[in-house]
Amino acid sequence: MAKNAQHWEKTKGLLIITLVLWAIFSMGIFLFGAEMNTVTGPFGYPLTYWFTCQGSLGFFVILIFWFAGRQEKIDEEFGFSEKGDN
Amino acid sequence: MIKGNFIDNLPKIYGIYTGGFIAFIIIMAIGEQMGMTAKAIGIAFVGFTIFIYALIGWLSRTAQASNYYVAGRSVPTVFNGMATAADWMSGASFVAMAGGIYFKGYGYMALLVGWTGGYVLVATLLAPYLRKFGCYTVPDFVGTRYGGNTARLMAVIVLTVASFTYVTAQINATGTIASVALDIPFQYAVYVGLVSILLCSMLGGMRGVTWTQVAQYIVLIIAYLLPVFWISNNIGAGFFPHFMLADEVARIGELEQQFGFVKNSAEDLKLVPKGLAGITKAHSEVNATPWAFISLALAMMMGTASLPHVMMRFFTTPSVKAARKSVGWSVFFIFLLYSSAPMLATLSKLALIDPNLPTGIIGKSIAEVQAIDWYQNWNQANLMFVSDFNGNGTVELNEFFMAGKAVVLATPEVAGLPYVISGLVAAGGMAAAMSTADGLILAIANAISHDVYYKMIDPKAETAKRLLVARVLLVIIGFAGATIAAMEIQGILGSVIWAFDFAMSGLFWPLVLGVWWKRANKEGAIAGMVLGLVSGFAYLIWVRSGGSGFLGITQLTFGIFGSTVSLVAMVVVSLMTSEPSSSTQKMVDEARVPAGQQVISQR
Repeated sequence: MAKNAQHWEKTKGLLIITLVLWAIFSMGIFLFGAEMNTVTGPFGYPLTYWFTCQGSLGFFVILIFWFAGRQEKIDEEFGFSEKGDN
Repeated sequence: MIKGNFIDNLPKIYGIYTGGFIAFIIIMAIGEQMGMTAKAIGIAFVGFTIFIYALIGWLSRTAQASNYYVAGRSVPTVFNGMATAADWMSGASFVAMAGGIYFKGYGYMALLVGWTGGYVLVATLLAPYLRKFGCYTVPDFVGTRYGGNTARLMAVIVLTVASFTYVTAQINATGTIASVALDIPFQYAVYVGLVSILLCSMLGGMRGVTWTQVAQYIVLIIAYLLPVFWISNNIGAGFFPHFMLADEVARIGELEQQFGFVKNSAEDLKLVPKGLAGITKAHSEVNATPWAFISLALAMMMGTASLPHVMMRFFTTPSVKAARKSVGWSVFFIFLLYSSAPMLATLSKLALIDPNLPTGIIGKSIAEVQAIDWYQNWNQANLMFVSDFNGNGTVELNEFFMAGKAVVLATPEVAGLPYVISGLVAAGGMAAAMSTADGLILAIANAISHDVYYKMIDPKAETAKRLLVARVLLVIIGFAGATIAAMEIQGILGSVIWAFDFAMSGLFWPLVLGVWWKRANKEGAIAGMVLGLVSGFAYLIWVRSGGSGFLGITQLTFGIFGSTVSLVAMVVVSLMTSEPSSSTQKMVDEARVPAGQQVISQR
């Protein structure tokens, strides 16, 4: 059972990191929406506008794949990974 | 041509399908040059695609429960991502999203952030664990984790309330598109739409819906992206709009400064046909308070993680690992369309208001604009309107009105694209609405057939009888949805957002705490679902009937109130009652580990 508990501790750690990043890019940055929009962002769009069109959305795609990879590593470390490569 | 089993050949099969669809578009384009009428092209596009979906639905027919409920748990990650994206993106996303951005700007963009960010919650908090559980439906998880029929039934009720609110809007959208494309009255078109929807799902259940949704995703993404790229090139804005529209966005800001946002009098606005709006908000400026933006985004994110028709897509993957990755693919495929909608809104607005472009109408004389072909068409369809309020003879920014859906529907024509594109867009809108409606109807019918009929009423029922009940329910729920859609109740499209709020009010915490808090028990879950749903509903009614609301929570974000009540009720009641049995706790431990047998053994 100790193995399970350790696995769950690591899983929770990863969850917290992922959710903090999620909160920053889905909510945190928009606390400063007006201020950020005066800055020029990628491709020349106003920065806040760019985040709502592409930035935050694209970040979520990357974040989920990153999370999936990390969680898989944690599972493998404890021998909890499933067999097969699907 | 195709050897070996179906799953291994998927890339080949859908590759051929995509090639075939593109060939069909080219044939239609040639047909248009040779004098095929607009009406014939519209019928061909909608008719041909529906025929293909029906064919896939028939080929996917099954008599096995695991195929019917979870597509045999064999859907590879990338394809499940496409199916989820189609399941997710509704007729409203396809037709109305660009219009929302066009008119409301920043305040509306919270929906884009919310409807993608929610998948981070799905991937981290729920999908892999519910997949390990091995449930067929979302209430199946609630019923097994907390035990007892009351919890299961409550979950079915929340699911039905949320999904049914959503599905009528989808059937309505299929009806609208079918009525325009096939040129038949709306009351009949709704049922044409319904029959098409049922053809995809009735014989094959989740298996049929999965493979038609992949096909529908391919149609809808081509139908959305092709016009965006083409328009961008046609008005000289750049060959890859997503990276190249900064000058256009800046130019719109300049024009807004130059024209100014003149407020129309109430008298004048009475002349404007219902449902049309003028440009009153800056395109790329921040026009909402931080809390207004964040609360809407948060409500949509928590709602995303609670909507059963999305969650059940992740029950179809071969493994827990695949479920996680598949969420990533889903958001990727959603991102392709969502990141294009603001570009379309920008192109559409610039094409219409920039006097330097040949398509621009602001500053032209009223008579000149009224003589333009496309203006006449869309004015007749009640989607565009100009009026000379100040009597100076020219069209001003505040004298031009348009319906939100015209951004997607009319811009191709405004920018001078051939009619074949309009036929393609109709097929895309139909695919988007059908795929979402299918997912929703199936979610409701499966919950009632599996959780209410099989688990509660007749646990000994044979598979054949279970699947018969499931199919009969599918038809009944479809017809109920279509009948309500045919009544054309006002404002039903706004109710799409309510579905998210209902779902999060009742289901978010019971699902999340079911995995992440072992101490959560049956009494707590029931209290959370009942009080969450009831308080959310009460708040909605209060605000709708003139109540002031509090903390800036509106009728679009009432789920924030409902889910907070749900969380508090669930924690307090759980702690006041006894902790769950050791077998339940063991079940949660098993669900937290990917390896090993799934928790529920289905037959």
